[in-house]
Amino acid sequence: MHSKRSQARARRPVHNDTFIEEWPEAGLVLFNSPYDPPAGLRIEGGRIVELDGKPEACFDMLDRFIARHAIDCEVAPQAMALDPTAVARMLTDINVPRAELIRLAGGMTPARLMQVVSRLSVVEMMLALAKMRARRTPANQAHVTNRKESPALLAADAAEAAERGFAELETTVGVSRYAPLNALAVLVGSQTGRGAALTQCAVEEALGLRLALLGLTTYAETLSVYGTESAFRDGDDTPWSKAFLASAYASRGIKVRFTSGTGSEALMGHADGRSMIYLEARCLMVVKGAGSQGVQNGSISCVALPESLPGGVRAILAENLLAALLDLEVASGNDAMASHSEIRKTAKLMLQFLPGTDFIFSGYSLMPRQDNLFGGGNFDAEDLDDYNVLQRDMQVDGGLRPVREEELLSVRRRAAQALQAVFEELGLPPIRDEEVEAAVFAHSSDDMPDRDVVADLAAAEAFLRQGRNGLDVIRALARRGYRDIAEKILGVQKLRVSGDYLQTSAMLLPGPHVVSAINDPNDYCGPGTGYRLTPERRREIAALPEAADPRTLGRSATGRSLLRPAGTAARSLDPQEIVIAVGPAFGAALQATLLGLSHRDVLQELENGIRQEGMRPRIIKIHHTSDCGFIGHAGAQLSGSGVAVGIQSKGTTVIHRRDLAPLDNLELFPQAPNLTLDCYRVIGRNAAKYAKGQPVLPVPVRIDNMARLKYIVQTTILHRRETEQVDKNRPPEEMLLEVADA
Amino acid sequence: MPEYPLAERQPDRLRTPSGLPFGEITLEAALEGRLTMDDLRVTAEALELQAEIARSAGRRQLAENLERAAELTRVPEQRILEIYQALRPGRSTREELNRLAAELEQRYRAPRTARLVREAAELAPEQRDA
Repeated sequence: MHSKRSQARARRPVHNDTFIEEWPEAGLVLFNSPYDPPAGLRIEGGRIVELDGKPEACFDMLDRFIARHAIDCEVAPQAMALDPTAVARMLTDINVPRAELIRLAGGMTPARLMQVVSRLSVVEMMLALAKMRARRTPANQAHVTNRKESPALLAADAAEAAERGFAELETTVGVSRYAPLNALAVLVGSQTGRGAALTQCAVEEALGLRLALLGLTTYAETLSVYGTESAFRDGDDTPWSKAFLASAYASRGIKVRFTSGTGSEALMGHADGRSMIYLEARCLMVVKGAGSQGVQNGSISCVALPESLPGGVRAILAENLLAALLDLEVASGNDAMASHSEIRKTAKLMLQFLPGTDFIFSGYSLMPRQDNLFGGGNFDAEDLDDYNVLQRDMQVDGGLRPVREEELLSVRRRAAQALQAVFEELGLPPIRDEEVEAAVFAHSSDDMPDRDVVADLAAAEAFLRQGRNGLDVIRALARRGYRDIAEKILGVQKLRVSGDYLQTSAMLLPGPHVVSAINDPNDYCGPGTGYRLTPERRREIAALPEAADPRTLGRSATGRSLLRPAGTAARSLDPQEIVIAVGPAFGAALQATLLGLSHRDVLQELENGIRQEGMRPRIIKIHHTSDCGFIGHAGAQLSGSGVAVGIQSKGTTVIHRRDLAPLDNLELFPQAPNLTLDCYRVIGRNAAKYAKGQPVLPVPVRIDNMARLKYIVQTTILHRRETEQVDKNRPPEEMLLEVADA
Repeated sequence: MPEYPLAERQPDRLRTPSGLPFGEITLEAALEGRLTMDDLRVTAEALELQAEIARSAGRRQLAENLERAAELTRVPEQRILEIYQALRPGRSTREELNRLAAELEQRYRAPRTARLVREAAELAPEQRDA
């Protein structure tokens, strides 16, 4: 038997998530598995002979690689002698600089690194991450893919992503043979508007390298590593083959980061009973030992697995922190679907968003999730406005900038047209005008016309076979009048010659200007240091397209007063009379209530209600106060019956009587947005009934708890306008309602 | 000490693999056919400079990677892909990898990469699986 409340809760999306207890034997534990080895290191003659309890003779290939390449034997004796809690405290101590922690971490073993981060709460980890990330300025990466592999849509989305400030764009393919065309589309889009984004196409290693060599991509990310030997072998690599591949990419001036993440070993059935974070520490030491400048981690595609366990979200933050502690660039996940619950997804995001990482997402789905071919879309196209609001709320740089729709449409169109021209110049299957047009306005690839898939695939294969490359694209663009895009693509390609973006945490700013941990090192050491929003960036984040200028809100359109003054109001002796006392701006500086009801209609309904009860309305304007209670009270003093309706310009209303204290009342209607014209008529009737001494049923008013949320800004502004009209020394004034314009 | 970013601070120290000065990588050059894709490639010299920068920032392993990369600029793409394949699990015997290391050393003047391949060879089987 369930209560109706628990049934309501059971319908919430979080109940579609899976939650399990720990099971160390299966590797379903985050920290401190009983099967994790003890932390320890023995060095003899400058050679590591024992690593985390294992003698050299028993080393597996990861131990071997880590011992040879990832541990600084000079620092190790000092680093390993430190108590892990003491190191954890140094991480949160603003007086211990990042460099000192990087130095010490360089001498630690995987088991010790796990112990250190396990001592921290999430808040402490966030502080540590803000201090330890390599690049001072945080940034973001986008996913740009679509199910139909529509090139025009890819180009338009890539252009939008770059315009929104994404520093990296990652595409992939549904069908791998599409890869060169997808890479080409994203390349052209990436440099169309603001430009300067680096691009990649996630495909099988050999093809990925090929695309990069042809100048169709500028970085690679999917060099996956695993924390156990058997998982590594299942990934068809060894630490040495990965290290070689990293050097191979660098030899052509291509940026590379590796990929790892908690849960992959358990998922592959090869966790060997070890905890996820211990295995991730091993992964990260392989990454470091291989000489990669950075890593994409944060569980990535396995994210729902650690999140099913107690502390999973915290552990994912811990792995990001571990990577930063090893001086690696961190692209911190937040890509794959992590939860059905919006609350849970957002809460998790805050752990990377608030401290900032080199790339907060890896990546953010620029398209709706059904078009995300990475199995991603945890945050997608529909969440972008929310994301911009979060940046503005927290005054946090999440790497994005709000952009007005007309600018987005314009850059989307230009990208699709430029790609259309390139396709034509290079003899690829034509992109029709209707595709360009659809790409400008599409939400998803459902909005795109179908293409001839067979022809596209044949063309893609020929493109690779003929060795068409980035320069062909640049020339095609220039020939067709897209010189600016050609220049920008060349500008990025040119940086291959300098190798500048091979340094840790490199990204490009328009220029292109390389920013990395070398020329923008994170120097956080407490308040007033590290990354801070510049005034310019603060303005950019604040400038949501929907943000209004409050000075223009609530201004009366005509400015012509609805009410004609008819002399100073005196106290009447007419017992049939009900005064309608209006605020100082009523019908003049302001002419509608919060709900948008015109003051004329409101007055007429009040009058109708009063007349229906056989009483006579009399309108008086109160100039000396803008307070609703005092307006009603002042009206009641002048009313022949002693009863008055007091109304502010925003619509807040009170029924008052002469003998009551100013802030007392017969009935008060404090929530103007809930008052309809019907309500005002009943208010008029009730006021009349009070005057006649008849029994009165309170006016039925709708209860809407969202009203305050929705209207508080307008309330504030309208009330300010009313208050501006207050003239303390001006007596109440008789008013006549002007005849409405024909 | 090289000044970073090289492209902005020391473009005069940079040349393309075919010897074209960095400043001459222009759209005009591309349009007039004076530029090929092979020009848009990092050189061993630039990678050595980047390695120096990385090392002085305390990043020993990254520096070593960039130094291996400098060596690999001399290895053609096809051979690079073949070496990568050979290094993958179960592809090569110890002797084959050692031969590869020798080739890297002698033919491509790539001793650091050769050392990496020899390390991998230590773990490779004596004989190919039947």
